[in-house]
Amino acid sequence: MEAISKHGWLTWLSDRLGLDPLIALAREKEVPIHRHTIWYYFGGMTLFLFIVQVATGVLLLLYYRPSAETAFESVQFIMTEVSFGWLVRSIHSWSANLMIAMLFVHMFSVYLLKAYRPPRELTWITGVLLFFIVLAFGFSGYLLPWNKLAFFATKVGTEIAGVVPVIGHFLLRFLRGGDEVTGGTLTRFFGFHVAILPALATFVLTVHIWLVQRHGMSVPPSVERQAQNVKTMKFFPNFLLRDAMGWLIALGALAALAALFPWELGEKADPFAPAPAGIKPEWYFLFMFQTLRLLPSHILFIEGEVLGVLAFGLGAVFWLLVPFLDKESVRGERNGLFTLIGVVILLYIAVMTVVGYLS
Amino acid sequence: MNTNQFQHHRRWRAGRSLAKLAATLMFVFSLIFVWSPSAEPTASGTDGSETPSGVNPAPAPALPSEPAMRTESGEKEKKDTCVQCHLEMGDELAAPVTAMQHDIHAQRGLSCADCHGGDPTEEDMDRAMDPRRGFVGRPTPGDIPRFCGKCHSNAEFMKKYNPRLRVDQEAEYFTSIHGKRLVQGDRKVATCISCHGYHGIRAVSDPQAPVYPTNVARTCGRCHANAGYLQSYAIPHDQLEKWQASVHAEALLKKNDLSAPTCNDCHGNHGAVPPGVTSVANVCGACHTRQAELFRKSPHKPAFDEMGLGECLVCHGNHEIHHPSDEMLGTGDEATCVACHSEGEPAYQAAETMRRMIDEMVQELNQAEALVDRAARAGMEVSRAKFELNDAHDKLINARVVVHTFSANELQKVIEPGLETAKKAHQMGVEALNELQFRRKGLAASLVVIFLAVMGLYLKIRQIERPGA
Amino acid sequence: MPEVETRRRRFINFLLGTSLGATLIAITYPIIKFLVPPRVAESAASSVVAGKVSELPPNSGKIFKFGSRPGILIRTPTGEFRAFSAICTHLQCTVQYRPDLRQIWCACHNGHYDLNGRNIAGPPPRPLEKYVVNVRGDEIIVSRG
Repeated sequence: MEAISKHGWLTWLSDRLGLDPLIALAREKEVPIHRHTIWYYFGGMTLFLFIVQVATGVLLLLYYRPSAETAFESVQFIMTEVSFGWLVRSIHSWSANLMIAMLFVHMFSVYLLKAYRPPRELTWITGVLLFFIVLAFGFSGYLLPWNKLAFFATKVGTEIAGVVPVIGHFLLRFLRGGDEVTGGTLTRFFGFHVAILPALATFVLTVHIWLVQRHGMSVPPSVERQAQNVKTMKFFPNFLLRDAMGWLIALGALAALAALFPWELGEKADPFAPAPAGIKPEWYFLFMFQTLRLLPSHILFIEGEVLGVLAFGLGAVFWLLVPFLDKESVRGERNGLFTLIGVVILLYIAVMTVVGYLS
Repeated sequence: MNTNQFQHHRRWRAGRSLAKLAATLMFVFSLIFVWSPSAEPTASGTDGSETPSGVNPAPAPALPSEPAMRTESGEKEKKDTCVQCHLEMGDELAAPVTAMQHDIHAQRGLSCADCHGGDPTEEDMDRAMDPRRGFVGRPTPGDIPRFCGKCHSNAEFMKKYNPRLRVDQEAEYFTSIHGKRLVQGDRKVATCISCHGYHGIRAVSDPQAPVYPTNVARTCGRCHANAGYLQSYAIPHDQLEKWQASVHAEALLKKNDLSAPTCNDCHGNHGAVPPGVTSVANVCGACHTRQAELFRKSPHKPAFDEMGLGECLVCHGNHEIHHPSDEMLGTGDEATCVACHSEGEPAYQAAETMRRMIDEMVQELNQAEALVDRAARAGMEVSRAKFELNDAHDKLINARVVVHTFSANELQKVIEPGLETAKKAHQMGVEALNELQFRRKGLAASLVVIFLAVMGLYLKIRQIERPGA
Repeated sequence: MPEVETRRRRFINFLLGTSLGATLIAITYPIIKFLVPPRVAESAASSVVAGKVSELPPNSGKIFKFGSRPGILIRTPTGEFRAFSAICTHLQCTVQYRPDLRQIWCACHNGHYDLNGRNIAGPPPRPLEKYVVNVRGDEIIVSRG
């Protein structure tokens, strides 16, 4: 041990754990520098917020009780009786929303910069899968405090799932654990939220991150075409230090949001009470909800809502398969069509979300 | 029976079949009205223009008939010639029939002849309204109690309609000032119809009835707030106005609390008299039991009795009873104690002491409330503090009731736990605000630390990326 | 120059080390506090232990805390347990049990409720809200219906 000098402990650990390949990877890994470098930070930011979610979620598990009789009261208990319970719960709620926002930014930047080109098709697919998993996290977690808004939002949300042709009724029953949203649904959503989804997320996320390390950062075609030699910086420590700066700022923002705008608990859900007016889902589902609401009751022979749900289903499949559909970008050519599609989707989501909020 | 009426009568005979059809239709129509719950109100019979003095004399009342039997036979019902004829004649002669649409008696199947006698199956007017067939016409004011009482005092008879209805109203009435004066020949006093109306008498539970709780004061006020009408009596006429300014009127009329007392709750209704000096506490004590109970045990009770003072109203007044304030206690300008007690007396000191105790508790409670409210506005969870505040408030109400012992020692016993509860709530408010400060300070400290760390990282990056580093 | 450079480097390392250390403390302190068991061990659900069988002889009653509002637990003269909201439906005073009347009574305006919580005399316009009572051993557990 007396030989331990600077970095001596690292050698000591490395000798035992076989960290050399990892250290080598960290030493070798480089991040391209160009006018779009900023977008590289959003994946890491999403990951950081995901870790915050895991940490605060595990803490909340110590006091949360997943049943219709106790869920609301236990969250109230966390907010009032447990020291720093208000902080942990508010951070969990705020961080969830920030994470989804960062995920949107990350996903659309990757799409618009065509980072899904070979050999990164699987990175894209695992990323989109993670996006769906995160939406499921949001949907299931929203119900857990068992308050009025969450109860009715879940009711409406699962009803939409019931619209899907053929399997709709099964899907609705599968989600609700019965024909109605009940205490059974709550326990079920709790299971999804803390066991099934985390297991899936861990697996897909591991693959996603491993693929990112394996293929390195993608340089956008527009940059590639302009410059032969793209400047780079070391991932460690240069890029990681910058990442850390972002994380710290995010941490400060979360603390400020939680302390100044504690997440509200609302009223306890009452399954027999009439639905309050203006039930809206969380903002990240709003564009879909608003679309379904604006659709006419019938388009040709098909019910408007069914068509809407089918369209979103197809949209999801398209989104997942983008790397195989965009042939031009694969060949390194400019493909204005896919850029246009991305911009249109982005605009559509933005407009529908705003319309949903205003209506 | 004037000529005009007679002419109507002859014309009716001429076109009998047509009129009969029309009258039948109208009666059916009026029945529909009677049964429709949203029937329009009628203005007749209950308005202020009808005072007992305007009623004309008429023969003695008839015996009650058996109307319940009649309703079962639709054949006979159609043959109510009183209704047919009076409707046909129109104007004021038809008014009693139209007014009856909303009458509780009509709704229960009674008709004209059941009160006025006569023969409703007889188509000839003279024979139908023949006093030998029991026709009574209009009763005089002096006859009215007995006129109504022939059914309403008959327990056997009333049982058929409403077994729960009392049958002592007439007997009670004759114990009232109104009844006594009526017997003495005063025709200006109230009788049954003065309050209940006639030809359009609604059930007491009907919100449009003049005797429905919210309407009682106005009904009594028709005479008792009418200075001209009361000129010959040596009684005041400002009770209605005073009552309308009272806490009870506010509860009854604004908050629609039907339990709040109006005239008859203290004075009685059929047996209306001013409560006697010694029974005031009994009247108020019907609702304010504890105050009455404590008062009766207090030294004020024998003293007031001796002086002939009317218990509660010595301090609270009678008609114009305001929401009691703490200012009524003590030795200040608005204090009622100083009306009898002067400086130097032990009672004067006791009043001061009691007021000080109540004030202290109010102050403590207000402070605690303000503090808890502040914490609540800042988003802190204060439901426990609110429970304590609620409890303290209950204890303050209790303390204000215990004032009626007029004993500083007794008050002390309830003030102490009340103060303690208020202090507990206060402490919870302080803790909530401290927690808020702690959160803000904690946030500020962490933000400073995080900012420094970000700065450090920034400098570090600059350092390692400096050319030649 | 190199001396300035060294001092600069030392300063940055010091700044970074202490601030990151402090941040770490700012993160771990709330977590440790969160893990420490709170004063009250359990979240108050929709049921509450309102009293003990042994403390309530027949024909008696007591007020208990139900959330942030008072409830009244009574034992009828026949020995049955019943529980209601203790808030009078007239002007929200707290009601009490009157063994002499065998009724629930509100002192404020002499309102009477029977042993089923029905308003039977005085100003109260509505019955008291009824709760469900379960007896588990010596404990009387009251819950919302």
